[in-house]
Amino acid sequence: MRRSAAVLAVIAAVSLAACSSSSGGGSSSNSPSPSTSTSSAAAISGSITVFAASSLKGAFTDIGAAFQQAYPGTTVTFNFGPSSGLATQITQGAPADVFASASKKTMETVVAAGDATNTEVFATNTMEIATPASSGASITSLADLGKPGIKVAVCQKDVPCGVAAQTLFDQNKVTVTPSTEEVDVKAVLSKVELGEVDAGIVYVTDVKAAADKVKGVEIPAAQNVETRYPIAPITKSQNSATAQAFVDFVLSRASQTILGNAGFAAP
Amino acid sequence: MTRRSRSATSPPWPVALPAVLALAFLTLPVIGLLVRTPWGHLLDILTSKTSLDALRLSLETSIAATIIAFLVGVPLAWLLARSEFVGRRLARALVTVPLVLPPVVGGIALLLAFGRRGLVGQYLDSCCGITLPFTTPGVVVAETFVAMPFLIITVEGALRGLDSKLEDAAATLGAGRWTIFRRVTLPLIGPSLIAGAVLTFARALGEFGATITFAGNLPGVTQTLPLAVYVGLEGDLDQAVALSLILLLVSIAVLVGLRDRWLRTGSAS
Amino acid sequence: MTDDSTQGIHATIGIDRGEFTLDMSLTVAPGEVVAVLGPNGAGKSTLLRGLVGLTPIDRGSIRLDDVVVDDPDADVLIEPAKRRIGVVFQEYRLFPHLTVEDNVAFGLRSAGFGKQAAQVASQEWIDRLELAALRARKPGELSGGQAQRVALARALATKPRALLLDEPLSALDIATRQDVRTHLSGHLRQFAGPTVLVTHDPLDALVLADRVVVLEGGRVTQEGTTHEVAQRPSTPYVASVMGLNLLRGKALAGIVQLDDGGELQAPDASTVGPVLVAIRPAAISLHAHRPEGSARNVWQGVVDNIQPVGDRVRVSVSASPSVVVDVTRSAVVELGLVRDTSVWLSTKATELEVYAG
Repeated sequence: MRRSAAVLAVIAAVSLAACSSSSGGGSSSNSPSPSTSTSSAAAISGSITVFAASSLKGAFTDIGAAFQQAYPGTTVTFNFGPSSGLATQITQGAPADVFASASKKTMETVVAAGDATNTEVFATNTMEIATPASSGASITSLADLGKPGIKVAVCQKDVPCGVAAQTLFDQNKVTVTPSTEEVDVKAVLSKVELGEVDAGIVYVTDVKAAADKVKGVEIPAAQNVETRYPIAPITKSQNSATAQAFVDFVLSRASQTILGNAGFAAP
Repeated sequence: MTRRSRSATSPPWPVALPAVLALAFLTLPVIGLLVRTPWGHLLDILTSKTSLDALRLSLETSIAATIIAFLVGVPLAWLLARSEFVGRRLARALVTVPLVLPPVVGGIALLLAFGRRGLVGQYLDSCCGITLPFTTPGVVVAETFVAMPFLIITVEGALRGLDSKLEDAAATLGAGRWTIFRRVTLPLIGPSLIAGAVLTFARALGEFGATITFAGNLPGVTQTLPLAVYVGLEGDLDQAVALSLILLLVSIAVLVGLRDRWLRTGSAS
Repeated sequence: MTDDSTQGIHATIGIDRGEFTLDMSLTVAPGEVVAVLGPNGAGKSTLLRGLVGLTPIDRGSIRLDDVVVDDPDADVLIEPAKRRIGVVFQEYRLFPHLTVEDNVAFGLRSAGFGKQAAQVASQEWIDRLELAALRARKPGELSGGQAQRVALARALATKPRALLLDEPLSALDIATRQDVRTHLSGHLRQFAGPTVLVTHDPLDALVLADRVVVLEGGRVTQEGTTHEVAQRPSTPYVASVMGLNLLRGKALAGIVQLDDGGELQAPDASTVGPVLVAIRPAAISLHAHRPEGSARNVWQGVVDNIQPVGDRVRVSVSASPSVVVDVTRSAVVELGLVRDTSVWLSTKATELEVYAG
């Protein structure tokens, strides 16, 4: 219900954008804008594959649907996964057209490998403590995670949400011995949902997406860690016009609305 | 003479060509792994704490899983092969389920059974404070679940193939059931026991899906070799490749060790 | 045998196996060797399994010496391991993973002897069956005759109360069979308990057994000494298998001097010394007058008994040697055969089977 309403709103926004020929964010000058000329608009077709961080799954699915509506004849296929894993796949030659990462550091490895050049931050995210919906242990703050007997799941150290969790513990001087280091944030959330752990460090957006399956414990802004999400077209893309159009579309006001609804903040 | 023997052994090209393709397809990934292996600092990677922890943990848990599978799997194989009981066919079908089940599904199933809020797990937790997920025993549980069917199937097959006449002969010589099992049955299915145990060990060593789902991933506690490989893929690719090489070597060692015994039992039964 | 004796095997056995039923009685005295002779599917294996305890009987009872080992009415069933019946199986069933020595010691080990004690105790049987040189071999490295001796030693080493042999010679090739049969005969004579020999080979029965029980279709069709059964077969099966004339004698230069009188020309001069001569009843011809022709062995006798069996007639003739002869019904009429008729017998030397015995 809510999702289809959002999609409708985006379509309306895109129609407006097409008329006013404004781009949503500060897109690079050398990238083709989706609506500057009829010739480039004609080139925006065919299929692209978007590699995106797991935490983007909900929002990007909606954005993809809206993009396809806005540019008939395009097909967007998503590959969601842990950002660092996706980055490895891309540098090993996986056929990605766009990469949306949950960390600047991961994006940098892709840039360093020469697979992307123009990166843009399109959203930020903050962390939240997820606890089981029917929680036994009472957890109200980060400090509670350091108590003995409390089982905590975090992302493993090589993925952005794992780095964020570690930074969170470090800067708040909480010593947490995690029970498990899951491969990505969705796995952390599953362990919380199943009640196998008492708490998990996930993104605000994940708690929101999980709705009533988990209970969120907010981390005050002063203690929290901000994660920045960069996006870039992949240089070896076979369909770079459409790839660039998608990047621009993500930066557009319409997509920002969807991202905002999912709990992301604007950069 | 030469021409005759050659025409008799050389296959027609519609067979030879796909066969060569299949062989190339199966070997190339292994070659790719070898080519990409960071030979220069292989030793450094393999002696790093993460690698050594994962290797030690993998060996420990795989051996433990094999022993458990042996202790409970062989009796089950015997029961399935030798005794008549209601639901035996169903029991045999259930034994093979973990063989065809995707391991990650097995992991979820294990969580739902032995997890903290699982069918059995909740009582283990409340009565004795035992929780399996995120512990090394949890890894053993996941590996045993996935690998034990290999042992059961192998040993059951051997027991079925075994001629019960020798056991009858032992009975007429005054041997009781336990003596017969110990001194006749077990030695006769010995090669299959070894083959089954090695297969089980190899399967346990390579276990990934059920382990990461059920036991989680924590270096030194539940992060086995395959998990370290997967995690390495997201961080240090060199480490992933180096650890993969270890798993490859173990696989080859298992195959070489198994081939003779496997073929021998196959032709004997 | 006499019913008042409590020793030996006293069995009344009824076993149902689907369509097939076995119903028979069997009594074997200590020291006696009884051959159970029958065609395939007669119930020989079923009988053996019943006696050993591998198949519980449905009716009747089995008594071994003074112990009832199976009696469904009294709800008694002693398991095979506790019956102390030594069995030499068809194909021998030696344990392939154990050496000859360990095979022979297996029963003693099972009875609770330690490894050393069992080896010492089984030594006697290894020596008696001339297995000392083979003690470290595995069954896969033995010839058929050697395997048979190991099987016998393994069974006897447990000091069984009775001995059962299931087709003990059928796994051997014909050349070794006769030699092994002779040796086996000697060992069976030395065994003090009752022995049951299950076989489809009449020669086994003739050479090894004191008495024959003929089993056909799960029923005993004839019983008696080997001589009685051979002379008066009561079914076509018995006639066809038990008619074999078996004569003992000494061979020299192609001539066999028979122990009970008379002599026969052997097919060749290769065998010298004590021998057995086997002649099929159908290989001997009867004549009213001395026959002319190529037959090398011709002798005279008097008809002793005439027994029609199926479409043939078995005639036993007192002579030197005395033999049984199978002839057609029309031949009986032509020759005017009745008791005490004087006849000439002839057989070709090539029809004789002569072997050391």
